[in-house]
Amino acid sequence: MLYLAVSLFALGLIGLLTRRNLIFTLMCIEVMLNASGLAFVAGSYRWGRPDGQIMFLFILAMAAAEVSVGLALFLQFHRRAPELDSDSASRMRG
Amino acid sequence: MLIVFYISAAIAVLATMVAITRRHAVHALLYLIVSLLAVAVVFYVIGAPFLAALELIIYAGAIMVLFLFVVMMLNIGENAMEVETMWLKPTVWAWPAALATFLVAELTYVAFNAGRPAGPMHTFTPKEIGIALFGPYAIGVELASLLLLSGLAGAYHVGRRASREEEQYSAGSDGRRAVSSGEPVRAGSDRTSDAA
Repeated sequence: MLYLAVSLFALGLIGLLTRRNLIFTLMCIEVMLNASGLAFVAGSYRWGRPDGQIMFLFILAMAAAEVSVGLALFLQFHRRAPELDSDSASRMRG
Repeated sequence: MLIVFYISAAIAVLATMVAITRRHAVHALLYLIVSLLAVAVVFYVIGAPFLAALELIIYAGAIMVLFLFVVMMLNIGENAMEVETMWLKPTVWAWPAALATFLVAELTYVAFNAGRPAGPMHTFTPKEIGIALFGPYAIGVELASLLLLSGLAGAYHVGRRASREEEQYSAGSDGRRAVSSGEPVRAGSDRTSDAA
């Protein structure tokens, strides 16, 4: 179970490092958050206590907030620059 | 039970691997939804059915739809129908559909053979989770509500259309410093653009 979580997290990290598209960046962050939540639930399964599942609930709320702000930023960025490359954000000022 | 876990874990890893290598965002979203469904089946198998339902509703239901809205919103135009028919060829959605059908088969198998598996297995009901959530973790609930509220306000503030003087200012400053790009600064502002 932890192997599954680790491999999902590694896939998300690889995607985050290799893809330059902003949508893919956000999606890979989602994958990584999901993998960490899976690790929490695996711990909850291992020790038979509900704390890990509650941590997953908090991760879920955090992911929802993060993705809404991230997509709003993405829309605003797309309105200013038509390309979706995250490298072009390094030219942004002010 | 164990074989179901391994199969859905393999489906999750496979779908994620395919998802991060797609070129179109919509195709990647299809595979990512399959990956989330597989993780939900894993949750169900390891004794967290409430979290499996939440994963389906919030992750695959809400967050992915938010992604899909944004991706579709950026492609609104006169050629949207051609783009859509070009993106959604049967070869594109056949594989995610096949994987999802496999997951459904697994879930029905688990639901009809609900034998108690061996090991220190304890299935948490929503009642237990709720008791623990609002007992020792009540401060965490308050913090999560604060976070969600600030996320809502932040998304509204960032995603709203810029007001007139801000746009004029941004057009002026951009025209001053980025003449070489040649792109109109307000490209894309004629599309529908309001955050969810």
